[in-house]
Amino acid sequence: MPLDANTPDLRTEFKSVGTRPNRPDGVDKVTGRARFGADFSAPGQLVGLVLRSPHAHARIKSIDTSAAEALPGVKAVITYKDIPEQEGCDKDVLVNIMARGTALYDGHAVAAVAATDAAVARKALKLIKVDYKVLKHVTDVDEAMKPSAPVLHPGRFEPVDYNSLETASHVSGKQETKTKTREGSNIAGRYVFGHGDVDKGFKQADIIVEHEFKTEATHQGYIEPHACVASVSSDGMAELWVCTQGPFMVRDVCASLLGMDVSRLRVTPSEIGGGFGGKTTVFIEPVALALSRKAGKPVKVVMSRSEVFRCTGPTSSASMWVKIGAKKDGTFVAADAVLKYQGGAFPGSPVEMGAMCAFACYDLRNVRIVGYDVVTNRPKQAAYRAPGAPMSAFAVEGVIGEIADKLGIDAIDIRLKNAAKEGTVSSYGPTFGPVGLVETLEAAKAHKNYKVKLGKNQGRGVASGFWFNFAGNTCVSINLNVDGTLALALGTVDIGGSRASMCLMAAEELGIAYDDVRAIIADTSSLGYNDISEGSRVTFSSGLATIKAVRDLKKRMCGRAAKIWGIPEDAVKWENGAAHPAGANAGGFDPLSIKEIAAQASATGGPLAGHYEINAEGAGPSFATHVCDVEVDPETGAMKVLRYLVVQDAGKAIHPSYVEGQYQGGAVQGIGWVLNEEYFYGKDGTLQNAGFLDYRIPVCSDVPMIDTVIVEVPNPGHPYGVRGVGETSIVPPLACVANAVSSAIGVRARTLPMSPPKVLAAIEGVAASKA
Amino acid sequence: MSAVHVSTKINGDDVEFVCRPDESLLDVLRDRLGMTGSKEGCGTGDCGSCSVTLDGRLVCSCLVMGAEVGGHEIGTIEGMAQGDKLHPLQQKFLEGAALQCGICTPGFLIAARALLERNMDPTETEVRYWLAGNLCRCTGYDKIVRAVMDTAKDMRKAAAKSSAKKPAAKKSPAKKTAKKGARHAA
Ligand code: FES
Ligand code: FES
Repeated sequence: MPLDANTPDLRTEFKSVGTRPNRPDGVDKVTGRARFGADFSAPGQLVGLVLRSPHAHARIKSIDTSAAEALPGVKAVITYKDIPEQEGCDKDVLVNIMARGTALYDGHAVAAVAATDAAVARKALKLIKVDYKVLKHVTDVDEAMKPSAPVLHPGRFEPVDYNSLETASHVSGKQETKTKTREGSNIAGRYVFGHGDVDKGFKQADIIVEHEFKTEATHQGYIEPHACVASVSSDGMAELWVCTQGPFMVRDVCASLLGMDVSRLRVTPSEIGGGFGGKTTVFIEPVALALSRKAGKPVKVVMSRSEVFRCTGPTSSASMWVKIGAKKDGTFVAADAVLKYQGGAFPGSPVEMGAMCAFACYDLRNVRIVGYDVVTNRPKQAAYRAPGAPMSAFAVEGVIGEIADKLGIDAIDIRLKNAAKEGTVSSYGPTFGPVGLVETLEAAKAHKNYKVKLGKNQGRGVASGFWFNFAGNTCVSINLNVDGTLALALGTVDIGGSRASMCLMAAEELGIAYDDVRAIIADTSSLGYNDISEGSRVTFSSGLATIKAVRDLKKRMCGRAAKIWGIPEDAVKWENGAAHPAGANAGGFDPLSIKEIAAQASATGGPLAGHYEINAEGAGPSFATHVCDVEVDPETGAMKVLRYLVVQDAGKAIHPSYVEGQYQGGAVQGIGWVLNEEYFYGKDGTLQNAGFLDYRIPVCSDVPMIDTVIVEVPNPGHPYGVRGVGETSIVPPLACVANAVSSAIGVRARTLPMSPPKVLAAIEGVAASKA
Repeated sequence: MSAVHVSTKINGDDVEFVCRPDESLLDVLRDRLGMTGSKEGCGTGDCGSCSVTLDGRLVCSCLVMGAEVGGHEIGTIEGMAQGDKLHPLQQKFLEGAALQCGICTPGFLIAARALLERNMDPTETEVRYWLAGNLCRCTGYDKIVRAVMDTAKDMRKAAAKSSAKKPAAKKSPAKKTAKKGARHAA
């Protein structure tokens, strides 16, 4: 047994891992007992509400809070003045949580109140007088890059001269941006990836396809709005209960924004009602703390749904150009792309990751991707499941679909021919280890859905997708209880059943029953720092740390057995939930079970626990291939998804039901993105559809069953071979559905969403061109 | 606005509360009575996470005023299990991993129970349309629909068994009586 926690031990035989037990938090969640963000209350709490800008872009000339403050029942009113800038804080986050001088988007927080109840708080908001000078605004990414666009952050970003780019002739809106030097531009960053010689590559091509694509911003759409309760005492000690993907991040960011010692703020995460990346930053949390500090009482802030849409982060909208060249046999010889993503009013759109993911599925000699990060008068974008990747995959996989059609090659075969494998130098730099794209393509081809005969107005689409998977800082403790059961303390919030997976891995490693381990999510004062639950990192990183913490505990338990038996520690091994003498020379002792060791813990040296802390590396990328069948109604342009198949590499599926759930959920979010979902801005730059009625996420009757195949190509970086699975499933659907539609009606959709009127117009366009 | 005194029945128990006339039933349940199992996902009747029954009818509690429920019977998620015995739907949701984050789960369970009380043999399409007023962002609905269909199957089996014991009774009480569109008030 490799007791050295650093020795990799790739296990392939499992007892607990791969089974489907009920999750430990399950009964609470089906009985309504589980406590989510808005379900917390503190005695004597006030209700906090935020006043938000009704303008997309406006100078705030003055804010008069005196009438609100005078209203009976109002205990605190704050503006940016109550959150003075601290040295070293993240200025963009500071400005985003409360406007300082300029409102940068519709919904930007301007002031906040805390009052004895919601009715008083609402009244107080109305009494706050804000004098705005409305400024010119821009919400479209291409418009924002033009010299004529209003500059959001004068003097901050240098203009970029597109004409100096190799790809200049392909960038729409080619222009001289150099002229506008005083104010600068809205271009916050430029990223370039690739290798080889793209121009030479295209010379070898028998066929070249290039197009421009656009996608609209979509929201993560978690059903639980942001909520928190903050309580700051007069001695500066503070507590925060909050629904977040990253309690440690919330603690550190709030402490830095409010000038507090980190030790004074304890953050307890609630159950989380969905995040998908949208709960990886702060919005109301520092505001609630500032209100509580001023009012001297606990303050609860819960966002309304319209606030969630208007002022939390959707993902970027994107404008893209992609060009791919291929030989007659389907071999890709060169690929080139320009991606422009707007990230709302602050830098940080996921264009860098979008650029890295764009061609990651393919083995390319000559490849180049240029990405622009652009600011606009929209809410600061937040991560959304595989941030940046679905858009670039939509463009790339769409072009590949067209090449396959033009060459008369099967959609899966052309991908197999070019698929990235172990040893492929990826388009973004690193060389891949063992990866499972080929396996997903083969499994998709062999699946029964791929053989179903299609009827009239029906079409089939294929697309593949990639996500890196994250690793990062993780810290786990496992405590042996007096009766031999275990308490597992995790610092990564459970967004989709991860406690069950951690218990399975701990049980596997110990050789005990799943039910003997109970996992909890610890608060920020009980464990060391853990990175956010994001990037599909939890099952990998916390799983790795759990396994290593268990190995640490096993080593200590073997030590206790050695002590009891009076033999050296290395003469004891752990097997099937008990310490055994290792071999004949160790002596003929009966095994000591975990229960027996637990019972004697006090007598043999005190409590037993295992720990592990790591900044993990070795996350394994996860590839997927999706196949979708649609039927389009030629009269209305409406479309129905008939069949949908997700094939994805999990490395190792710890709890297969929750792996399938990630595949299905990601696919349906992607279907929403391609069919219905979009941020719709009016001429005045205000959001027109800030509610679930007008921002339509898929409902139950919109989708079929989502078929899944779990491929398992073990990740050598994890003791059980785990790869993350959460993100990749949203990468292929945009292109997959679009490719299916084009095979059904013969038009290629290059602008999302493909709402019925757009599809109908496309059908009529084809008919007109034939007439 | 002066407060209103209301006497009602929740999950079979007599309950009295005082609320302002502008408070929704959901506000009352959550903020006045501490019954936080019903969730607010939108407050506008679009997400179904606040689903409860009002005299057996499925409604969005965010669209019902607290002051109007006097004399009526309300069913919430807190009343779905009998003691420590889960309702068959709760059990199936748990076993079938029909929840990921679980915020939508109480609403789906209340809505699904209302369906199965009317129709013990729904088709997949009937289940999907009946549940179309409940949003779930995590699961893609697959495992939810399966859990509801599986529960219906078990309930039919149980019903067939108990009617087989009573020779006089007709074979199965299952009849397709689901009323589409009889859902949320909005
Ligand atoms: S809270 Fe969404 S329907 Fe009531
Ligand atoms: S399980 Fe998260 S919204 Fe349904």
